[in-house]
Amino acid sequence: MNGDRKLAQELVAGIARAAAEIGRPVKLMEVCGTHTVELRRQGIHSLLPDGISLISGPGCPVCVTPSGYVDNALALAESGRAVIATFGDMLKVPGSSRRSLSGLSGRGVVKMVYSPSELIRIAKESSLPVVFLAVGFETTIPTVVSALLDARDAGIRNLFLYTAFKVVPPALRLLLSGPDHGIDGFILPGHVSVIIGPEAYQFLEGPDGRPGVITGFESLDMLLGILLLVRQIQRHERKVENAYPRAVKPGGNPRARAVIEKSLEPRDDAWRGIGVIPGGGLGLRFELADMDAEKRFDIPPARDVEAPGCLCSLVIAGKAVPPQCPLFGRVCTPDDPVGPCMVSSEGTCAAYFRYSRQ
Amino acid sequence: MSADDIIRLEHGSGGALSRDLVEAVIHPALRSEAYPELTDSSPLEPGSDLLLTTDGYVVDPPFFPGGDIGRLSVLGTCNDLAVCGARPFSLSLAITVEEGFPVERFRAVLESAAAAARETGTRIVTGDTKVVPRGKGGGIFVTSAGVGKRVFPHRLSPAMVRAGDRILVSGPLGAHGITILAARESLPVGGTLKSDAAFLFPVASSLFPLGESLRFMRDATRGGISAVLNEAVQGAAWGIDVEEEAFPVSAEVRAVSDLLGLNPLEIANEGVLVAFVASESAGQALRAVQSQALGKQARLVGRVTEDHPGSIIMITKIGGKRRLDFPRGLLLPRIC
Repeated sequence: MNGDRKLAQELVAGIARAAAEIGRPVKLMEVCGTHTVELRRQGIHSLLPDGISLISGPGCPVCVTPSGYVDNALALAESGRAVIATFGDMLKVPGSSRRSLSGLSGRGVVKMVYSPSELIRIAKESSLPVVFLAVGFETTIPTVVSALLDARDAGIRNLFLYTAFKVVPPALRLLLSGPDHGIDGFILPGHVSVIIGPEAYQFLEGPDGRPGVITGFESLDMLLGILLLVRQIQRHERKVENAYPRAVKPGGNPRARAVIEKSLEPRDDAWRGIGVIPGGGLGLRFELADMDAEKRFDIPPARDVEAPGCLCSLVIAGKAVPPQCPLFGRVCTPDDPVGPCMVSSEGTCAAYFRYSRQ
Repeated sequence: MSADDIIRLEHGSGGALSRDLVEAVIHPALRSEAYPELTDSSPLEPGSDLLLTTDGYVVDPPFFPGGDIGRLSVLGTCNDLAVCGARPFSLSLAITVEEGFPVERFRAVLESAAAAARETGTRIVTGDTKVVPRGKGGGIFVTSAGVGKRVFPHRLSPAMVRAGDRILVSGPLGAHGITILAARESLPVGGTLKSDAAFLFPVASSLFPLGESLRFMRDATRGGISAVLNEAVQGAAWGIDVEEEAFPVSAEVRAVSDLLGLNPLEIANEGVLVAFVASESAGQALRAVQSQALGKQARLVGRVTEDHPGSIIMITKIGGKRRLDFPRGLLLPRIC
């Protein structure tokens, strides 16, 4: 037996002991999409005692972007007023009409980028304005904003951001404010926490809070995170613990946070499946209004319309698991997805389909 | 598939959509009643000991560490015959080349194909050349066909597989696909990474003494080991359990795959075969393959089970269980 397997067994035994002492079913939410995928890819679910269930939270940026955002991007691309640039994962996300940007890719009005650093080149080569679909959490926001600021410094005037930047802590706060959330603890995101630091989750230690453990992405990291969570629950504690100190430092990453604070400001924002979250998004500050696609192209607010039968909204809020959806695996597959949770490689449905489908 | 569907790059990636295209479009249009099975090669006529196969090569770039499109087009076609229990002897090559392609490189492709033919003991006996206008082709495409003589008398088919059988992988995984990707994207990877393109007949024939204990073989090209195992298990009355740690993967391939978020089990190989063998012959099979130059790192990676028919369960490094699904999405276009 390899060393990792032995350590894993010890961690699992610890989890089982704590679970037995707790003596009731425990529901833990992994907030981050990368955790959703890695927990399943490493087969962690199969190792946990029956009483411990893991549910996926709103941690996949593509998944929580409302369908109306895609509709707006499609309309802009088809109007001929701008070229849309986007990461690949947004290409296949269907809008409310089930059409996606990938359907326009042959027409030269949609450009896929691997890195925001490509935006300057694309803007220089384009005779039309270029609108980047700025979808992401705290992890990707600093890089995207830096690219925008670099473009501005380089005198580029035809690059715009259509922002759907989301921030994690307000979403957790909102989930906890619901009456029957049933969540006993949070596996907190490793990468996001690298930027924002453990302090950002302080509210979890308050009256309506729940235990939270910042967790890394290796299999042993994830088992350790779960063990620390169930131990807190066993002891009736409510703390934010950092089980990923090799990457997450107190205060997070001050430089990245400064970039965010300099360029963006909190705003109330619509999350698919959850609704409008107070302070749940970030928009460009007034000083950068001339690079804001919403203002430049009069883009209407993104409506959130669900495809008929699609349970993505419940899945995102942790209120349903993918096999409960009538479309899952039948109509909706990774090759022909209906909802964003199946489109994104970090989506809950895609992870279920790949690694746990019966 | 519906009337307004179009061919997508994913249809050529060797994963789930490739299978759908074959099953929903190609097989219904071309199926012959005398040949109900989808195999890598088929008898020239029912019952014949002469087997025929064909394969197209579109690899980009056409020259890469460890080989080129000429070498690949000979070895790949010979390998399709070898895993069906046949010794290849005659080949054809049809080349489609784009206007502007340097004659020097064209000649290099042909010389490389000729060298691979010598290496495999085959002859290229006929061929064709077409030229397409600049910008309307992809540099150079090669289609080869091959004829071989069946030297293994028993049937090789997933239908012969039984619960308890063991699964053998003949060598380290992913070298070809990662090499092509690195060459195409100019990735800064170590200098020792090269395609594993090789003639598989020596490895395949080392298993022939197993007789009926050798159930089924396949070379693990596009879609990698994962595609081969998923195709084999599809619709079967049995399932497969595999051990993640048992799969041989070089440190270099592992490092690049991790960096790019790729799974070595889904990456194309050009010199690796998978064999299903009876449990009691597994030791003999492993020794036979490991005695071959190509098979030094051969491993037994899993077993056939009556549990979970039609699916593959992988035991992860930490002992967890998860499904090993068909490769999905856009893998790596123009990999072979």
